[in-house]
Amino acid sequence: MKLTKKETWLAAGGGLGIGLLNGLLGSGGGLLAVPMLKKLGLDQKRAHANAVAVILPITAVSVIGYLTAGRVALQDAFIYIPGGIAGSILGTWILSKLSAPILRRIFGVFMIWAGVRLWMR
Amino acid sequence: MDAINWAAVAAGFASGIIGGMGLGGGAVLLIYLSVFAGVQQLTAQGINLIFFLPIGLIAVIIYAFQKKIEWKPVAILAATGAAGSLGGSYLVGLLGGDLTTKLFAVLLIAFGLHEVFFRKQKTGLQSGASHGILKSNKCSVEVGKDGKDTAE
Repeated sequence: MKLTKKETWLAAGGGLGIGLLNGLLGSGGGLLAVPMLKKLGLDQKRAHANAVAVILPITAVSVIGYLTAGRVALQDAFIYIPGGIAGSILGTWILSKLSAPILRRIFGVFMIWAGVRLWMR
Repeated sequence: MDAINWAAVAAGFASGIIGGMGLGGGAVLLIYLSVFAGVQQLTAQGINLIFFLPIGLIAVIIYAFQKKIEWKPVAILAATGAAGSLGGSYLVGLLGGDLTTKLFAVLLIAFGLHEVFFRKQKTGLQSGASHGILKSNKCSVEVGKDGKDTAE
């Protein structure tokens, strides 16, 4: 996919924003990835798929931080992962089946929910 | 074989669906961890993050096979995102989380509402509005119900 120069700068700035939010809160910056990707020209469903790819390395960085700070151990997460993998596969299938407008509204609900949780922190 | 913790499997399953769809922020797992598993906040956040790594990886592999991934924008966002993440962790120490957290919370809610209630854009010809204001060049033309226009 070709990006104009302006879009490249936009992506760089947006990425910083995503990461800042992620670093400040420990997670959640991914929510910014979807609108950011849409601004770069992706449609709703592709934006969601690529958002996962964006959040992945950012999460890895955060994980390293958490592990070195001793807040968590890798094995703490193990029991949740098998169910999670099954869910993830199902999730990719659901994404392909949902209409873009419905996906957008569902995403909106998740954003509101994240905001409410954040406010109550 | 030890009894399987089905609640944990279910929580993981639900979180996996949400994470695989790029919805994020759902915190199904986080809520399960703090409310039902009695895990401390920071540990729960850590588990949530670790959990996402294999989940996200599986989803990305599937999307990549489906040719849905646009590597260039992803690379830029991910690289600057990772840098920003380190900066953000540093900033939280300086700024103290509270004000920025509240600000982001408001922004998220506002944007979320925008997404929930978005209207599909209609072109001017199809809008069916009884009157509209059209601007062309430097003059405003108001088109009334009866189709007559009054120029200013």
